[in-house]
Amino acid sequence: MKTLREIAVGSTATVVKLHGEGAVKRRIMDMGLTKGTQVYVRKSAPLGDPIELTVRGYELSLRKDDAAAVEVE
Amino acid sequence: MAIRIALAGNPNSGKTTLFNDLTGANAYVGNWPGVTVEKKEGRMKKQNDVILTDLPGIYSLSPYTPEEIVARNYLLEQSPDAILNIVDGTNLERNLYLTTQLLETGIPMVIAVNMMDVVRKNGDSINIAELGSRLGCKVIEISALKGEGTFAAAQAAVSAAKSGKKALPPKFSDKVESCISQIESSFGNMLPQSFGRWYAVKLFERDEKALEKLNPSGELRSRTEKQITDCEREMDDDSESIITNERYEFIAKTLRGCYKKKNAGGETVSDKIDRVVTNRILALPIFALVMFLVYKISIGTIGDWTVGFMNDTLFGEWIVPAATSGLEDLGCASWLVGLIADGIIGGVGAVLGFVPQLLILFLMLSILEDIGYMARVAFIMDRIFRRFGLSGKSFIPMLVSSGCGVPGIMASRTIEQERDRRMTIMTTCFVPCGAKMPIVGLIAGALFGGSAWVAVSAYFIGVAAVVVSGIILKKTKPFTGEPAPFVMELPAYHAPTAVNILRATWERGWSFIKRAGTVIVAASIVIWVLNSLTFEGGLHYIGEGDEKSLLNAIGEVIAVVFKPLGFGNWQAAVATVLGLVAKEEVVGTFGSLTSMANADLAMELVEAGDSSKLTLIGQEIFGGSGLAAYSFMIFNLLCAPCFAAMGAIKREMNNSKWTFAAIGYMCGFAYIVSLIVYRLGMLFTEGSFTVSTAAAFIAVAALIWLLVRRPSKSVKVKSAAGVTADA
Repeated sequence: MKTLREIAVGSTATVVKLHGEGAVKRRIMDMGLTKGTQVYVRKSAPLGDPIELTVRGYELSLRKDDAAAVEVE
Repeated sequence: MAIRIALAGNPNSGKTTLFNDLTGANAYVGNWPGVTVEKKEGRMKKQNDVILTDLPGIYSLSPYTPEEIVARNYLLEQSPDAILNIVDGTNLERNLYLTTQLLETGIPMVIAVNMMDVVRKNGDSINIAELGSRLGCKVIEISALKGEGTFAAAQAAVSAAKSGKKALPPKFSDKVESCISQIESSFGNMLPQSFGRWYAVKLFERDEKALEKLNPSGELRSRTEKQITDCEREMDDDSESIITNERYEFIAKTLRGCYKKKNAGGETVSDKIDRVVTNRILALPIFALVMFLVYKISIGTIGDWTVGFMNDTLFGEWIVPAATSGLEDLGCASWLVGLIADGIIGGVGAVLGFVPQLLILFLMLSILEDIGYMARVAFIMDRIFRRFGLSGKSFIPMLVSSGCGVPGIMASRTIEQERDRRMTIMTTCFVPCGAKMPIVGLIAGALFGGSAWVAVSAYFIGVAAVVVSGIILKKTKPFTGEPAPFVMELPAYHAPTAVNILRATWERGWSFIKRAGTVIVAASIVIWVLNSLTFEGGLHYIGEGDEKSLLNAIGEVIAVVFKPLGFGNWQAAVATVLGLVAKEEVVGTFGSLTSMANADLAMELVEAGDSSKLTLIGQEIFGGSGLAAYSFMIFNLLCAPCFAAMGAIKREMNNSKWTFAAIGYMCGFAYIVSLIVYRLGMLFTEGSFTVSTAAAFIAVAALIWLLVRRPSKSVKVKSAAGVTADA
């Protein structure tokens, strides 16, 4: 399973499925990371974590641990 | 009857600007009951019968964060006459996600598409009329910043409220619709009449709060559960995800053909700024520079000067002496003069002294927030702070607290997650503030020959206390209960707006004066009474700071508590209590309670770093024991902060239980650390072993256990990834 965590900075991926449950998962979905959405990984923070994404035309920041729950292709 | 309109929208959608524009100066700022979420209400300009309620900025109406729960409860329980939903036109897709949920409540609604000026400038186009007909409610273009269309939007909301035309819920795919209508019919009358659709959707999502409220029988519950799982199996996803997907599908369908983006993927000005500001190499230096400026301006030069002026000159030299002589001229009894001049006016002065500094700090923080840098601060610092249960945004409160805890506590406002905010409030006062430095100077001078290492160690202890407390607290129940996801929008930068900034600054400053003021004044009066009355020869007034005062009598009693810490005498106890009024009082108290018999002299000696005469205090109070003095210093650095800070804690926690928990925790933690340092120190230096030494060992063991134990109860939900990793 490939996750958003492994996507290199500067590349694009498509969301396949969200794993996990509860508040974090819901929040990630609420912010627009749903099945079939294109995500562009813009950069990672100076200390390596979190990462910054472009999704649905805006910038979203996500911890790598949480990004690992997003299955992509 | 007044018309009540709820203002709802995403964070950064311009909601505050719109609210300010519509209400002018007629706003009430407070908190929603029991939570630290800010509540704003105001009457509309020129239309006094319209009350606007500014709901917290939210992305969704999920049952997970306090902000979202507050907004939901308000809509469902208070059911306003209309909703004015503000959406950011430059970020339509995600903003409309909340809209789909608001529509479901059926409350009459008007949508205001904000930032239309920017949309046009970008060359994008939105077919407003078509969008309105597809969403089934009135849509109005506005630019809140320029005040364009805001009044029309409000008028539309008022007429929607008057007409009572219900909003239409978005339509989902057939499969989902059929399952939802099944739920709706099987619950029938159990669903609150006007919110049938809302609850049916929530039941489908297995929303905890909705289930709690409706509390269906076991049979009904399992029947519904079966319907949901059937649908889930068919669609190969869980119900919550299904609904979220359906909403975004609905939005995509709605926008098709009526929203055109000119240059998708092009680099905006904001992107260019961000390339520098959150750049891998430059981010930290820029961050350090910004923080240095904030600190230097608000706490350093200007802040210091204003506090000094307010406390020493305005109150100390002008108002208090003037009031004293005025009251004396009127022939008031000396106790009354003392109570009014020293107790009440002095107490008020202690509060007001902070206000100019607070305003400067809030001004700077409001600017950082308004332009969008605050989100970047969290982005840059998150890595470090989340290790001990805090948020990236906790950095600013901590930094500010090294100057003064009061603005530090209030700066925690900028942290969105209630849990992180509470934890920040509980720990931020451990950072030694400016007023604690004289205590450090005193101890260093009195027993350590003025060594600079004492101050260094004080900062080290403060920071260690924050880190240790963060780790301990994040494992306790109240902090594992509601998970706080760090999934954060990085909003586009924009130029600051004077009105917003000034208003935010004033609101924060005023709320401090109002709420914190009452606590501090009351506490100052109590301390004054204790310090000025005596029981000897019947209860009577003897003037402030006399040796026979009630406070000294109490000091002797509570001194017992401090025995295990090595400073169990009444002078140290009294100094600690008076330190609650203002921490620097400790020095003056020692000055007057020793054979030095001069509070001002002690303060001057500390400021001059003249340790030769301070040793007197070391001898008389601590019996020349450096360890006892050090233990006293630790206790006073970590225990309950001054009344001003406690007032700020109460104001920000908005909950007495949490306020007492915070202050209780600080005192308990201070006690334990002092106990360990003093008793283990005594064991190693003098080989003394007492019951207290045993207690210290137990305390060490307890601390270690608290640090390394597994978090209490199911924190697995804390990180979605954690679940997969553990499995």
